[in-house]
Amino acid sequence: MKIHEYQAKEIFRNFDVRVPEGKPAFSVKEALQAYDEMGSETVVVKAQIHAGGRGKGGGVKLAHNRNDVELLSSQILGMNLVTHQTGPEGKQVQRLLIETGIDIEKEFYAGIVLDRKEKKFVFMVSTEGGVEIEKVAENSPEKIIKEWIHPEDGLTTNQAKKLGDALGLKGSQLDSGIEIFTALWKAFNNLDCSLMEINPLVLTKNDEVIALDAKINFDGNGLFRHPELSDLRDESEEDSAEAEASSYNLNYIKLDGNVGCMVNGAGLAMGTMDIIKLKGGEPANFLDVGGVANPETVANGFKIILSDPNVQSILINIFGGIVRCDRVAQGVINAMETISVNVPVVIRLEGTNAKEASILLEQSPLNFIVANSLSDAAEKAVAATNGVV
Amino acid sequence: MSVLVGNDTRLVIQGITGTEGSFHGQQMIEYGTNVVAGVTPGKGGQEALGVPVFNSVQEAVEKQSANTSVIFVPPKFAAGAMMESIDANMDLIICITEGIPASDMVKVNHALENNKTRVVGPNCPGVITPGQAKIGIMPGFIHTPGNIGIMSRSGTLTYEAVHQIGTHGLGQSTVIGIGGDPIIGTTFIDMLELFATDEGTEGVVMIGEIGGTAEEEAAQWVLDNNFSKPIVSFIAGQTAPPGRRMGHAGAIIAGGKGTAVEKMAELKKAGITVVESPADIGQAMVSEINK
Repeated sequence: MKIHEYQAKEIFRNFDVRVPEGKPAFSVKEALQAYDEMGSETVVVKAQIHAGGRGKGGGVKLAHNRNDVELLSSQILGMNLVTHQTGPEGKQVQRLLIETGIDIEKEFYAGIVLDRKEKKFVFMVSTEGGVEIEKVAENSPEKIIKEWIHPEDGLTTNQAKKLGDALGLKGSQLDSGIEIFTALWKAFNNLDCSLMEINPLVLTKNDEVIALDAKINFDGNGLFRHPELSDLRDESEEDSAEAEASSYNLNYIKLDGNVGCMVNGAGLAMGTMDIIKLKGGEPANFLDVGGVANPETVANGFKIILSDPNVQSILINIFGGIVRCDRVAQGVINAMETISVNVPVVIRLEGTNAKEASILLEQSPLNFIVANSLSDAAEKAVAATNGVV
Repeated sequence: MSVLVGNDTRLVIQGITGTEGSFHGQQMIEYGTNVVAGVTPGKGGQEALGVPVFNSVQEAVEKQSANTSVIFVPPKFAAGAMMESIDANMDLIICITEGIPASDMVKVNHALENNKTRVVGPNCPGVITPGQAKIGIMPGFIHTPGNIGIMSRSGTLTYEAVHQIGTHGLGQSTVIGIGGDPIIGTTFIDMLELFATDEGTEGVVMIGEIGGTAEEEAAQWVLDNNFSKPIVSFIAGQTAPPGRRMGHAGAIIAGGKGTAVEKMAELKKAGITVVESPADIGQAMVSEINK
């Protein structure tokens, strides 16, 4: 689960991670109110969307006075912000963060992620702050310093010192660095985060290390331990069809093609998308209906897929294991009797009771295209988008 | 011959009285798996599926000589269940549970470091040696005994591969779903080590997916160790967009890493036969075996 920068900074404050003074604003009026309350002449107006690269995209501006705040807030609120992480369609800005300006001495990068190979969390810092860290990792990986975190002991003071040394921090700067690294790990660990990035982490002219930016993703699997975090979810940042699918316990991701897919299992769903592409088509979505492909899940699956106007055919690919194919077939038949499905539907059912299923489909008055293999199914689904049935 | 599970397996089901545990427990018994006990804390002394239920794994080991455990408990308690089996010195733990926090798995793997126990999963369909033992949730009937080892990060895509291997007249030695999470116990490399010395395995199917670098590491291992048995591989997610998690917690292209293109290139460099279509796995294995 992703959250906004202002929410991440609120969490940081609770864990004694130093951040600039700031307030969220949902309107120009609130932005001005925040400015008046903060008592700082120069502030930064920052667009709040779930994507990085906001500065480059024009979503972060310096305001030197109250008039600037009014002008910039009205410009940024409602703008369609396009960054390297939003994709070309961009994201509409609905929230702002009004934050005190900071006198920056140096910019760094700090991040905590899971190292899958080492099976440990890793704390990374770099002197190359304020730029795309992916590029640093690719062009000069030696500039990223890593400390792997012991599963029981956590980040030690010695490790925090090493990270500070790597950034060239001295004396009271180093103490400030050790404090912030220790606090960041504590927040990460206590809240089951899956990713934390501070880019930039800055050294101020007053020799303090503070988090000028804040990005936190939570491990979805850990959320049961932190029910309070669900309040931080911003559904307007999520695709509406994807949010609807998740309310049905379906795993749906919208793509740009025109062949809708309904598959059981994430790996097979990806494999089905891949074979559609190989047969000359473009998948319209990823949809994993999970282990229980009953009439209800199938009906919900149809609804979600058909909410995408680009879909011109639907491929249902189910490998029945514990779930029986004849039940799935009956589910598809029932669903299509209640929902108007106005595009060709290609069905491939394999596994438990596949024969009984094909008899059911053949006897149904509904107009299915039955496929007898994965390859056959993909070919037929792609052909159907071209009106070949 | 086979690896990990077989006629020597003495299985304890952790969570045997739950919905999933009892349903799949019954299926495993019907397949012929030697289920010797169940564990549900607080229900010790009862009987379920015709086997005794104990309060702890330790008791199942002492009284029924269990050597393998399968876990069907909810995510909240799954790491604890694994820790309990590690403490009881179980040979093998197969964790089916989906949704375990990554931080829990970091701790479980740490506990495994100085221990003989092996973990498969979590978030996996399990392990089957056709004709001997089925431990997990895979449909038993699609498998046939044979000499192809199959290892996969996926569930139903594994069944697809099993089905294709079968329709092409081959069978399977052992089939393992290693799991779709970012942190798993047994890796592709661990399995290659086992398949390398297993006389019953003549070829290996490796089904990977986007995210992480497990496939690249396996490719490097194949080169470094001159693995001589033919390998056929498919990588799911060639059409997946970056930054989006494709169902499995581990299936995500992040920071420009973990793409199918990169993985397929590394596998090819190691002499592995890479098929672009998931429909070509069976045919490719037949061609390799008959070379």
